[in-house]
Amino acid sequence: MDQSILDQLNADRAAKVPVALATNLTTGAQGLLYLTGKKGAKDWPHAVAERARAVLLSEKAETVETPDGPVFLNPFNPPLRLIAVGAVHITQALAPMASLAGYAVTVIDPRRAFGSEARFPDIEMSNAWPDEGMAALKPDLRTAVVTLTHDPKLDDPALVAALRSDAFYIGSLGSKKTHASRLERLRQAGFSDNALARIHGPVGLAIGAKSPSEIAISILAQVTQALRQQPV
Amino acid sequence: MTAMHEDILGQVANWRQAGKTCAVATVVETWGSAPRPAGSQLGVDEAGNMVGSVSGGCVEGAVVQEAMEAMQDGKPRLLEFGVSDSEAWAVGLACGGKIRIFVEKVG
Repeated sequence: MDQSILDQLNADRAAKVPVALATNLTTGAQGLLYLTGKKGAKDWPHAVAERARAVLLSEKAETVETPDGPVFLNPFNPPLRLIAVGAVHITQALAPMASLAGYAVTVIDPRRAFGSEARFPDIEMSNAWPDEGMAALKPDLRTAVVTLTHDPKLDDPALVAALRSDAFYIGSLGSKKTHASRLERLRQAGFSDNALARIHGPVGLAIGAKSPSEIAISILAQVTQALRQQPV
Repeated sequence: MTAMHEDILGQVANWRQAGKTCAVATVVETWGSAPRPAGSQLGVDEAGNMVGSVSGGCVEGAVVQEAMEAMQDGKPRLLEFGVSDSEAWAVGLACGGKIRIFVEKVG
């Protein structure tokens, strides 16, 4: 591995840029491939550049056969993140569970009584308004966003920001009726049905969850499903 | 991809900055119940210090030896470990899996 490749790879990881390291296992030739843009792609057969994207999305390394020999693609993705809007009872279970599952969790709630450190030990809290909080956190392809406040004043701006991002999962707590009126408001705000289909609502897998902790399990299960079973 | 939990390539970069010769070993293929998935990495410096892993500790010794040789001659190598290897008795995988590991010098 050339020093320049090691340095660039580490710089990309520090900048939270998803990057795949391509290595020709016969010659030792290496290069870096990215999700978007053609940077680096011209040095490799088309099939390699194409699979690099799939490897990053599935987070599963693989070897691609080429006329020049087998090329190993190793994905280096930024850490998973979960942004929960609303420091409610369900969030008190969801935040530590998601943290255990490997997510860097941030809870956004401008209502200080809800979003106090005492209710969320060891979880990063933001008391910003959701639109500002989301703008600061910049959700990306490795981020899940869940709104849990039931309050359109707080949920809607967060959903608008999430829909404009590459977040791999967007979920919103609320009954079918609440969700229908939520979708109607977002439609008025200019989002297409296609865009709104990204929102999982009512949130979570249908496992009959009742208690706040069980609902957190159903949400985290759905987030996991979106992460691991997304089509590539 | 486990490099995020233990910053293997970050440690390798630190070793390089300190003027050390290094090598990286990467699991590139697995069959059966291999201990670490493809993409798992082990960084080694010239003194044999390790960061990360390519198995549950079963083959690291042999990999470090190959890494030392790669540091000397600069040539990458593709190693294979598994129960069918005669070598497996010495440095085999207890789980019965098979793995292929790419070892390369850094810098």
